[in-house]
Amino acid sequence: MEQIILQYTEFLTTNSFLLFAYLIGSVTFILGLKMLSHPETARKGNLIAAGGMIISIFGTIFLYKHHGNGLGNYAWIFAALVIGTIVGTMAAKKVQMTAMPEMVSLFNGMGGACAMLISMIEYHNDATPSTGKLLIIVLGMIIGTVSFAGSIIAWGKLNGSIKDKTIPGGQMINFLLFGGIIGLAIMVVGGFVGADMAHMLFYGITALAAMYGILFVMPIGGADMPVVISLLNSFTGVAAAFGGFLYDNPVMLTGGILVGSAGTILTILMCKAMNRSLKNVLIGSFGAAKTGGAAGAKDQGNYKEISLNDTAVLLAYAQKVMIVPGYGLAVAQAQHTCHELEKILNEKGVEVVYGIHPVAGRMPGHMNVLLAEADVPYEKLLEMEDANDQMGTTNVVMILGANDVVNPAAKEDPNSPIYGMPILEVEKADHVIVNKRSMKPGYAGIENELFFRPKTSMLFGDAKKVLQALIAELKTV
Amino acid sequence: MDQLTSFFNGNYHLITIVILSVFLGIEVISRVPAVLHTPLMSGANAIHGVVIIGAIIVMGEAKDGDFFSLILGFLAVVLGTLNVVGGFVVTDRMLEMFGKKKKK
Repeated sequence: MEQIILQYTEFLTTNSFLLFAYLIGSVTFILGLKMLSHPETARKGNLIAAGGMIISIFGTIFLYKHHGNGLGNYAWIFAALVIGTIVGTMAAKKVQMTAMPEMVSLFNGMGGACAMLISMIEYHNDATPSTGKLLIIVLGMIIGTVSFAGSIIAWGKLNGSIKDKTIPGGQMINFLLFGGIIGLAIMVVGGFVGADMAHMLFYGITALAAMYGILFVMPIGGADMPVVISLLNSFTGVAAAFGGFLYDNPVMLTGGILVGSAGTILTILMCKAMNRSLKNVLIGSFGAAKTGGAAGAKDQGNYKEISLNDTAVLLAYAQKVMIVPGYGLAVAQAQHTCHELEKILNEKGVEVVYGIHPVAGRMPGHMNVLLAEADVPYEKLLEMEDANDQMGTTNVVMILGANDVVNPAAKEDPNSPIYGMPILEVEKADHVIVNKRSMKPGYAGIENELFFRPKTSMLFGDAKKVLQALIAELKTV
Repeated sequence: MDQLTSFFNGNYHLITIVILSVFLGIEVISRVPAVLHTPLMSGANAIHGVVIIGAIIVMGEAKDGDFFSLILGFLAVVLGTLNVVGGFVVTDRMLEMFGKKKKK
């Protein structure tokens, strides 16, 4: 006890400038997150947090002292910083708006891997740590590894290089893996095995954790991906916080825990938007439930197509048009064309609004970011409740590459895997025009009966090309 | 039990920070409008890149010739930097678009 206090006071006196830097860092993270929650201050908030991060990083490099010794290996540290900065900036600048979710997932995985490596090195360096330290090292390693492996799979699934796979008995395997990880961790931390054995088991746990991360994300498909990324994001936060315990480092602790708790809340908010519980998302994946729902295409009848010309006339003589964007719009990079269509309709005296479903696209807010890129005014983006309120006074709803978020099965078919999810009730409007590339089901793999309803007309084609053609038509109407 | 109490005594200030931060995180995030969910997730992603500080410490304390620590530490700093820099730049890019339309 005395020794601990001694260590602590020594830490305080030798590092008072550093502690002050860390305090600034912690405050900027809190301020940054707070400012990120308002559209006007969000960008500044991000920059403030980044500033705090820079202070904390350089403070650590130059001021950190342990038992009176500063850090060495500056050449290595700066080389790594420079490489990371150049690659990171290039990747972040080059990525397209559509690929943003993958990018976030990938960066998240890097953070997880970083936490994993730190634990490995600490374990390698200290052969006989105290039980408390060992516990922190092992837990940080497990969570970091799961987050790393899971994020890489999520990244691969979002960019299409990894397909959805349901492994038979996958849940059982996951359960066993989880049990195995806990069991081995207890053996290592509790000191129930010899030093050599413990060393082997430590890397055994790493391997199991990686497998768990892979198998945990693998079967989760479709619309649930944002939830998983958000969850993995909070995992990495917790892993960073374990690092904070390891080095008695307040800024790692605040930053990590803030993200851990904020990420968890964000995950729950997303689940709420889909009216599903987190457990439901993680266990009952969409992929497994695909057989249910409106898939039995028994009495769906025929869909009707509408020509470009008719669409243009319909739009031009409407009083109010609501555009419902989805991932199809993002894939086609049609956000600018969409904004042009909106401007032309405005010139013709048609009111245009956007109905934004919270989980449209691949991430919550994905559509907002995309439309903001095309300079669509903020006020025109209606959230789901407002959009549904205004649906009754809307003449034409134009659905651009959205599918599951307008699927009436969510309200009507208790067998559907998305039953209970709030949707945009487009059928309250007079006409519904659906732009899709084909009749293929959406990301969640569920048939959409909306396409066969009497009010609905289909307008096939790539969103961008269709919109460009529509604009040309509208100029002649 | 002894170990537990001494762990608590030695780390009570850190444990306090953890508990307060949990509540703070919940408080701050609960008020975020859905529009900002993507940038927020990305911003939070950048903030947990603070794990890089651990990587820098590990790297800086690695002894000459300890190539296990040097190589893995180097890798850890690179990955941590990617997380931090990439995270903040991506977030800024997203928010830049929100800013643009505000001026009009």
